[in-house]
Amino acid sequence: MTFTIPIDNGDALKNAETDSQRTLYPYVTGTSIVAIKYKEGVLMASDMGGSYGSTLRYKNIERVKAIGKHSLLGASGEISDFQEILRYLDELVLNDNMWDDGNSLGPKEVHNYLTRVMYNRRNKFNPLWNTLVLGGVKNGQSYLGMVSMIGVSFEDNHVATGFGNHLARPILRDEWHADLSFEDGVKLLEKCMRVLLYRDRSAINKLQISKITEEGVTVSQPYSLKTFWEFQAFHNPTAGAQGSW
Amino acid sequence: MTKQHANWSPYDNNGGTCVAIAGSDYCVIAADTRMSTGYSILSRDYSKIHKLADKAVLSSSGFQADVKALQKVLKSRHLVYQHQHNKQMSCPAMAQLLSNTLYFKRFFPYYAFNVLGGLDEEGKGCVFTYDAVGSYEKVGYSAQGSGSTLIMPFLDNQLKSPSPLLLPAQDAITPLSEPEAVDLVKTVFASATERDIYTGDKLEIMILKADGIRTEVMELRKD
Repeated sequence: MTFTIPIDNGDALKNAETDSQRTLYPYVTGTSIVAIKYKEGVLMASDMGGSYGSTLRYKNIERVKAIGKHSLLGASGEISDFQEILRYLDELVLNDNMWDDGNSLGPKEVHNYLTRVMYNRRNKFNPLWNTLVLGGVKNGQSYLGMVSMIGVSFEDNHVATGFGNHLARPILRDEWHADLSFEDGVKLLEKCMRVLLYRDRSAINKLQISKITEEGVTVSQPYSLKTFWEFQAFHNPTAGAQGSW
Repeated sequence: MTKQHANWSPYDNNGGTCVAIAGSDYCVIAADTRMSTGYSILSRDYSKIHKLADKAVLSSSGFQADVKALQKVLKSRHLVYQHQHNKQMSCPAMAQLLSNTLYFKRFFPYYAFNVLGGLDEEGKGCVFTYDAVGSYEKVGYSAQGSGSTLIMPFLDNQLKSPSPLLLPAQDAITPLSEPEAVDLVKTVFASATERDIYTGDKLEIMILKADGIRTEVMELRKD
């Protein structure tokens, strides 16, 4: 059985013309994904924004999708590359189903496949400009992993991409523990997303929390977090350093 | 038209340190479990040690995606070897295979810094140390990775390797006992962790002997 890996494009490095055939920089991007393992499975949070450089171009992008029966895939980075990856995974899941043998791809397998795809594209100097988060549950075992655009991958009890790595991971290292309840898990993720909202320029206040358990996938309706801006320092921001103009 | 240059690098350094020490009838292979990128820590619990064959254990630091791909290639080549020869690869054979595999990508290297440890055909410990493009040497002990510059001089001091210029050639295998070697490894990593930001979290030690492999884990500083 063959899985199609993204196509070779010849002298990717040499020809100026073929430069237009490979990814040089991202255009429409999604910001952080934050995900944790909890008692019954995995929780994944993402906002719904798609930025076009510094413009907030799209505000209704779902950056977390269900893959097969056992996995959730969240992506930050180039949205079109994410959509491409979803198409590859569609084919992967289809072929898996066609065997009709009662077996289905678990999160470990999907994570491994994605790692190989990302690494091979990096080898051809034509990367898929994403950092992917793969979470899932199969046979009672929870799994959570991450792959970057150059193929670096690992699994852990909690992961975050982009700014989330800098802002959310420290909170998770401090407050995550095994067997979190659903409510506590959501509260923890919301705490991380709130910090990101305050401090990540490309974050928007419209998020979805996706959950995957042995039973299946649930994606919440989009909602927004309460924020607080009434700090004294914000009321009179120049109080400490009056300017001359 | 000027040639466009990529604004991303296909390489990254995920840090970490690997050490191996060869004894008269054992081999100690150790590595920390921290995986980093830039100034961030990605994981505090990522193993850099990989058992390739019964008597050959590979430890690699550097760019993790390349390390993983390298391990997969070697693992699959070993499987083919077992099918064709009806036996496991010996450590010296694996050493040559690793060197060839690395050189094969001489012009787009695996950014992996390897230490291969195991038991040779006579049951004595052996350690092979590599650079990224496959140049290798059989030694009595070695350190590779971000903490190697801190560790190697200390190992040189403690393990008093005879000069390779001597004739007849003398073994570089340490006369230390296994518990002493393990202790030395723990000391060396504790020290490297103090000054190397990419080394820390946990230390994983594998001790290879004729009767099997034993693993020990020790906590390291997490800062």
